Amino acid sequence: MSTLTDLTIEQALEGLKKKDFTSVELTQAHIDTMDKHKNLNAYITETPDIALEQAEKSDKKRASGNVGLLEGIPLGIKDLFCTYDVQTTAGSHILEGFKPKYESTVTTNLFNNGAVMLGKTNMDEFAMGSSNTTSYYGNTINPWRRKDEPETELVPGGSSGGSAAAVAAHMCMGATGTDTGGSIRQPSSYCGVTGIKPTYGRCSRWGVVAFASSLDQPGCFARTVKDNAIFLRAMAGHDPKDSTSADKPVPDFAAAIDGNIKGKTIGIPKEYHIDGMPEEIIKNWEQGKKWLEDAGAKTVEVSLPHTKYAMAAYYIIAPAEASSNLARYDGVRYGPRANESVLRDMYDVTRAEGFGDEVKRRIMIGTYALSSGYYDAYYIKAQKARRLVLQDFMRAFEICDVLLTPPAPSAAFPIGQNEDDPIKMYLEDAFTIPASLAGLPGMVVPTNLNSQGLPLGLQIIGRPWDEENVFRVAGALENLANFTARPQTLL
Amino acid sequence: MSLSKEETRKVAGLARLRMNDEELERLAPQLSNIIGFVEQLSELNTDNVEPLANVVDITLPLREDIVTDGNCADLVLANAPEETQGYFVVPKVVE
Repeated sequence: MSTLTDLTIEQALEGLKKKDFTSVELTQAHIDTMDKHKNLNAYITETPDIALEQAEKSDKKRASGNVGLLEGIPLGIKDLFCTYDVQTTAGSHILEGFKPKYESTVTTNLFNNGAVMLGKTNMDEFAMGSSNTTSYYGNTINPWRRKDEPETELVPGGSSGGSAAAVAAHMCMGATGTDTGGSIRQPSSYCGVTGIKPTYGRCSRWGVVAFASSLDQPGCFARTVKDNAIFLRAMAGHDPKDSTSADKPVPDFAAAIDGNIKGKTIGIPKEYHIDGMPEEIIKNWEQGKKWLEDAGAKTVEVSLPHTKYAMAAYYIIAPAEASSNLARYDGVRYGPRANESVLRDMYDVTRAEGFGDEVKRRIMIGTYALSSGYYDAYYIKAQKARRLVLQDFMRAFEICDVLLTPPAPSAAFPIGQNEDDPIKMYLEDAFTIPASLAGLPGMVVPTNLNSQGLPLGLQIIGRPWDEENVFRVAGALENLANFTARPQTLL
Repeated sequence: MSLSKEETRKVAGLARLRMNDEELERLAPQLSNIIGFVEQLSELNTDNVEPLANVVDITLPLREDIVTDGNCADLVLANAPEETQGYFVVPKVVE
């Protein structure tokens, strides 16, 4: 039964339909693979008992003719999604032991569509990080290794590093993620998997532990573009409990993957050619451009002149919103509490002990930016820059249908690298942050291996609510790239 | 702009984060670096640009003014470090 974990979601749905195997068998195969790759630390909490119970129910449901979009498919759930009575930590000590008494809308939608939960995946603390090294529950290790230094452990990217690594290592068929500044797209690229952040408002944020509310958006990882299309449809949709979720019909994204990109115009933003970018990143980008041209698309250079200010705007807006959102962790309602007899001391010590260094840094930056006398100079200024970034994209979309860019300035790097300088780590998200500020859908598809044998991907950015063109072009790119390499640790 | 140790102490107080001198000394230059980095925005001309708070064009919906708290105090309290008789318990604040 070992090959069950090699199936795509699409193939597994077909196999379940034809009764080639049951969801219980499919789920057990993934639980066995999770046991085999425990060293990757991709899951914070494994839930095999819940998974097998859900799988059994799904098999019965299927037998009765009631089949959801993800009926019987075992998934990983990022530990930022609240799951009923299952520990939800957001990668933080301050939520250790927290067992929500409610279910996030996204996981509710997934379970209503028949999905099976294998466990809660590892992540950077409160989704703040690009390497999964800020998790209180230990680093997640990328299943890929450098050819010439196979002993060096690499980061899976972040913040949804556990989800990306679990999908890459076949420890689940797909996994949820969230993306605030690149937390789905950058780890997709580092782990050689496919992932999408949809338009802000496409998926409900209700029950997702908040980081920066005007940027946070749930999305998903899987091993093919089609699988992501099936997955996203099952999790998306309007939710009255999230006032920023859009009351728009959810299209059948998979139907858009028709292979036909003739007549589509692909924008190549010139500002994404940054100084010092590795030659192999540029080569991969050039090749992607050529592939799409060969398939009948037109490419055109576009300018996004405010790109260089996107990082600065993001590193004001995101920490400011985080400092406000994270004020709720005060040791009163959930999580560990410091044993102090004076209330103010209890707050200060609970938070000092509960948050890690990166989270503290961002809370401090946000608190400073929002503090009296600085609010206009930082926060309002950043919101103005944000509008200019959005306007750049809208102008570009007047002459193109989607944009093609690298997802990150490098391939996966060794654990411990970039730790000395927060700004160096922040720059890992330079190519994903602008689309986040503009709320645009972005998808990453693996396309090549670099000289060290590590995956490189490409990012497709679309107009608001136009995930269909993103899927269409990503699907074509996937066909042309025909990326079939597998992580060395799995061979 | 650089942040002194004393300014860092003040921000930590606002953020309700207990920090000792050693932590403040370590953090002050890191924060100064990040603030120096984001200050490149000051060179950007934003005259006549409206701040952008929400990217999606959504009008916030109104709902009927009725109680929707779920009437589930026990579930709300289920994760509390300390609770009694339907209340969260905190260290004594009134003498």
